[in-house]
Amino acid sequence: MYTQGLDQPAELSTSLDEASLERRFLERVDAEEKIEPKDWMPVRYRNTLIRQISQHAHSEIVGMLPEGNWITRAPTLKRKTILIAKVQDEGGHGAYLYSAAETLGVSREQMIDQLLAGKAKYSSIFNYPTPTWADVGAIGWLVDGAAIMNQLPLCRCSYGPYARAMVRVCREESFHQRQGYDLMLQLARGTPEQKQMAQDALNRWWWPALMMFGPPDADSMHSSDSKRWKIKRLSNDELRQKFVDFTVHQANFLGLTLPDPQLKWNEAQQRHEYGPINWAEFEQVLKGNGPCNAERLAARRKAHADGAWVREAAVAYAAKQSKKRASLAA
Amino acid sequence: MHDKQAWPLYEVFVRARGGLDHKHVGSLHAVDARMALEHARDLYTRRQEGVSIWVVASKDITASDPSESESLFEPARDKIYRHPTFYDIPDEVKTL
Amino acid sequence: MSTALATDSSSDLFRYVLRLGDLSLILGQRLGELVGHGPALEEDLGLANIALDLVGQARLLLTYAGEIEGAGRDEDTLAFLRDHRDYFNAVLVEQPNGDFAHTIVRQVLIDAFQQELYSRTLGSNDERLAAIAAKAEKETRYHLRYSSGWLVRLGDGTEESHQRAQAALNLLWPYTVELFSADALDIQMAEAGIAPALADVQQAWSLRMNDILAEATLTHPPERPFHWYGKRGEHSEHLGYILAEMQSMSRTYPGARW
Repeated sequence: MYTQGLDQPAELSTSLDEASLERRFLERVDAEEKIEPKDWMPVRYRNTLIRQISQHAHSEIVGMLPEGNWITRAPTLKRKTILIAKVQDEGGHGAYLYSAAETLGVSREQMIDQLLAGKAKYSSIFNYPTPTWADVGAIGWLVDGAAIMNQLPLCRCSYGPYARAMVRVCREESFHQRQGYDLMLQLARGTPEQKQMAQDALNRWWWPALMMFGPPDADSMHSSDSKRWKIKRLSNDELRQKFVDFTVHQANFLGLTLPDPQLKWNEAQQRHEYGPINWAEFEQVLKGNGPCNAERLAARRKAHADGAWVREAAVAYAAKQSKKRASLAA
Repeated sequence: MHDKQAWPLYEVFVRARGGLDHKHVGSLHAVDARMALEHARDLYTRRQEGVSIWVVASKDITASDPSESESLFEPARDKIYRHPTFYDIPDEVKTL
Repeated sequence: MSTALATDSSSDLFRYVLRLGDLSLILGQRLGELVGHGPALEEDLGLANIALDLVGQARLLLTYAGEIEGAGRDEDTLAFLRDHRDYFNAVLVEQPNGDFAHTIVRQVLIDAFQQELYSRTLGSNDERLAAIAAKAEKETRYHLRYSSGWLVRLGDGTEESHQRAQAALNLLWPYTVELFSADALDIQMAEAGIAPALADVQQAWSLRMNDILAEATLTHPPERPFHWYGKRGEHSEHLGYILAEMQSMSRTYPGARW
């Protein structure tokens, strides 16, 4: 099960050595068997998953902020309830993912500490501001759309708890994308100012959404192990291309223009060609120099610090109750 | 400092509908069972996926050790006589 | 809108229903400010759940109010285009979130009130109100369980949490007087069998609060006179800011559909 104490690899039998354990492990992965928390796994597999799952969890938590920003200003009561539900889902996704990561031997406290200390990464996309209502739509449509593209293959990932968490997440995520697109549709069909608001949001979110799929395959450090271990089942470029092809059609339906003058259909390759991505910007945002990095982290730090006395109070109360029950039983 | 604030881990089991088993759905942090139930309700049953919730402190779960899987589970494999298909009953006998 | 009691009965019912709807709406709005900033991830989900329920109640009540008025106003026109003088929530829900103790104390006071109010509205002569109360009562039962659970943890937790909870209670308690002071409209609604008598609601509320405060090891604050009449559109300074934020899109883009 998923208790922290049980995550350590079981005592090795003297007749097996590391190499044959790793061979058996790879055989299981190749046979599409799921790896569960107490199973033997290479240290690098465990660490890769801890890194990836915790980054994914952090992204969901930080992601609550750019959209949460609009809850109090949602223009109708229905949109307000939809947005609260969406942000609540994102928090829930973070919780499922922290839960999956904890099965690998890292605690929630450790992961949160790393995030707040600026040592853990989270998706670059949440370091961009949401100055208009249309940004809420763009995030749902593009960011959640890109996330779904990334997450669907993860439902078949080799590590059981992560795969199961992803199945849950994907079921909920499709509502997120639909509400975002619906929001954009309403704007695109609205007043000239609303249409302009939608186009402006698309102009600002398109490239960061493409960057969500990570660096080009040629430059990506972690890819080959992740593929071997069936953690990552499609490459960054493959996913990015799929996303572009789906989204062009959706943007055309909205009557909005994608901010890429080099975008064109390649008949021979049956795909859309797109312009160069500004990887320098991506690097800067990942390093912590994006427009909102400091602000997002500061908000998380403040919530955590302000909440310390609350968390302590709950622990103290539970301890008192526990003592009371023990002395009554005595 | 952290021990004073750390909330223990609980495993959550949800029965989706009457007639089904409780299924393990994940874990969460809480200070006691009552809080764990409320958190489980807010985290795992937002989409009408539950009629009943069980929460168990993770430390109270005992799991079988994968390194013992062979001796725990393989011996059952060759006892095929436990399965109905092992028995060849003549077709004329209709009620078995 | 005049603060004098109109003689037209549908206008009375309109204002009464708005009292209930505005209470839920403004409290939901306050909680909406907190999502993503709670003391733990699980509490963000818990508070968001309450906010969602409250805004949902407001939608049902404001829609009904619009139908009663019969002037073509719907839930959004009422929410986003009324001035603060035409809002009829009790001022307790306008008070700032403050620290978690203030948020929880405010929540318990209102949850206990709504619990006693809704459960006594199930048999209302107004079928629509009875139906809304039936749905809302189940939600409120859970809200009260959640908020009172937290008040007990804070009151009987650490020295610091106890002091913060007591301070919040002392500050917010006087605002509860308004919840129970029955004016002509409240009396009229009770006599028509549409609303419960506020005295009954108050009695039950007081008993419940006594139990919760005792378990939380908190001291009952002294009773103090109050000066607010939010139920009649006379609000604290806070509502102006709340509405400015909430209504900003509708005011900036008049006539737009979202």
